[in-house]
Amino acid sequence: MMLLEAKHISKIFQSGGLLEKGQEKLAVNDVSFQLKAGETLAIVGESGSGKSTVARLVMRLIEASYGEIFWQGQDVTTMSPRQLRQHRHHIQMVFQDPFASLNPRMRIWESVAEGLRVHAAELNNAQRREKVAEMLERCGLSASTMQRYPHQFSGGQRQRIGIARALMVEPKVLVLDEPVSALDVSVQAQILNLLADIQAQMGVAYLFISHDLSVVRHIADRVLVMFQGNVVEEGLAAAVFSNPQHTYTQELLAARPIAHPSERKDVV
Amino acid sequence: MLEIKGLSLAIESKEAAIIAVQDVSLTIAAGRVVGLVGESGCGKTLTAQSILRLGEYQGIERVHGDILWHGESVFDMSDTRLRKMRGGQVAMIFQEPMTALNPVFSIGSQMLEVIRLHLGLSKVKAKEHAIQYLNDVGLDEGEQLLKQYPDALSGGMRQRVLIAMAMSLHPEYIIADEPTTALDVSVQKRIIALLRKLQQEKNLGMLLVTHDFGLVAEMCDDVVVMYAGEMVESGSVLDIFDHPAHPYTQALMGCRPEMVKDGEALTVIEGQVPAPGQWPKGCHFSPRCARASDACQESPIAMDAWQHGEHQARCIHVQEQA
Repeated sequence: MMLLEAKHISKIFQSGGLLEKGQEKLAVNDVSFQLKAGETLAIVGESGSGKSTVARLVMRLIEASYGEIFWQGQDVTTMSPRQLRQHRHHIQMVFQDPFASLNPRMRIWESVAEGLRVHAAELNNAQRREKVAEMLERCGLSASTMQRYPHQFSGGQRQRIGIARALMVEPKVLVLDEPVSALDVSVQAQILNLLADIQAQMGVAYLFISHDLSVVRHIADRVLVMFQGNVVEEGLAAAVFSNPQHTYTQELLAARPIAHPSERKDVV
Repeated sequence: MLEIKGLSLAIESKEAAIIAVQDVSLTIAAGRVVGLVGESGCGKTLTAQSILRLGEYQGIERVHGDILWHGESVFDMSDTRLRKMRGGQVAMIFQEPMTALNPVFSIGSQMLEVIRLHLGLSKVKAKEHAIQYLNDVGLDEGEQLLKQYPDALSGGMRQRVLIAMAMSLHPEYIIADEPTTALDVSVQKRIIALLRKLQQEKNLGMLLVTHDFGLVAEMCDDVVVMYAGEMVESGSVLDIFDHPAHPYTQALMGCRPEMVKDGEALTVIEGQVPAPGQWPKGCHFSPRCARASDACQESPIAMDAWQHGEHQARCIHVQEQA
């Protein structure tokens, strides 16, 4: 089943300010893709490629300059604020920086429960707490930690909290913007396994934004490669990685760190 | 020759001093690249910074051990002597090219200041010198670049400027703390190639602090793996890649996504690195280790508990992986 479809979306940013004449920058140029239920689509690219802008456009955190985004056939770009609030129950976001994405003055159960206040307003406090405890445990955190504040958690634990918060309203899609880039490799492995388990259990589709090719190779079903705002290649992950067609994809793959010292090429 | 001998460092706080680095020893001979590998909070950056005594400004104090620069203890150096060593003999390249340059001074004023101070050149000569070194790191428009401010440069260019700055003082050794972590993959590749070229041409000794085994594979001759403040394994780069001995090293290498086949779950190390002050009595890794026995938890394990030539591991249950 098709959940999300982006049709020819573009985003132009205006720079400049009071005194300076504004310049236009085309951050995303004519990007189209489809996301089916339960699959993982990765958008890969380097800084400035427009991949995070696409994530924000899909969430309607910023407005597209051109193009349309459909949610099960309904145009998201023209939704009223009220409709949009309802829509966000289907699609949630997990951010890169687990340190910046939680309110330091809220206990973590309050942060995790926030979505329920909008999307399940009929629940009372005790029911909300129960649901939060369940979700935290599902994400690998003991329910006994729910009274704590964000600073009492490590980076990996905060990312688990961020994932629990996003899953709380039972979305069909998670938009994950570099969710493991700020984490150590061992913690990254824990979070990637958690995401795989959650997808298998709950059937959530992922739009996974990343610059890390090894991570993408591991997690994605399909891949979209972006370069300077354009999609330069797309296809099944296995195909793109084993047989890249576009020069940029080939360069990107060639730039991957080597896996063993014997692959070193002499430079002098 | 740079030697760290049995170094222990403590973080000073109001109540007590907490040991954060314990009994670290390593030797870097001229022309050798030693990788100091581990996760965040293992003490690798503290160890590296203490070579230039930079930790002192953050309340880090040496408790035991010594650091010898050509046989001379850095802790006994006068301020004048230390200033000469910092940058002039041992240069440092930091992780964050965004914050390592001062945003209110032009590249030129920052480069010329250190060149004139360390090499005693005139303004004109210093400028020529700077341009030559910018050229060496692949920045052709040196003259123009010197007039620019850091915010006009990309991350990759800033890191090149910092490498040029470090190299321009003709150091014998370089300490590089995660020099490529903040950069895009294609930029990373070029910076790695540049560092390797410079290191080999000038026969530099180098301490490379990193959590990235890809970078270790590219650059290092020898590797020291740290976990929770102590060394757990040391050996040649091939020892570590082909025969990792310590369970932590094995687990860390197995966590990398490129190590598993499609559809398989990644190997994980359950739990997290304990903070300084909360280390277990015995082997620091024992609470997370599948092979841990009572003996591991009862008393500290020696670094040479397992030894094979120059390859050592702080473990009494080494099973070599095929």
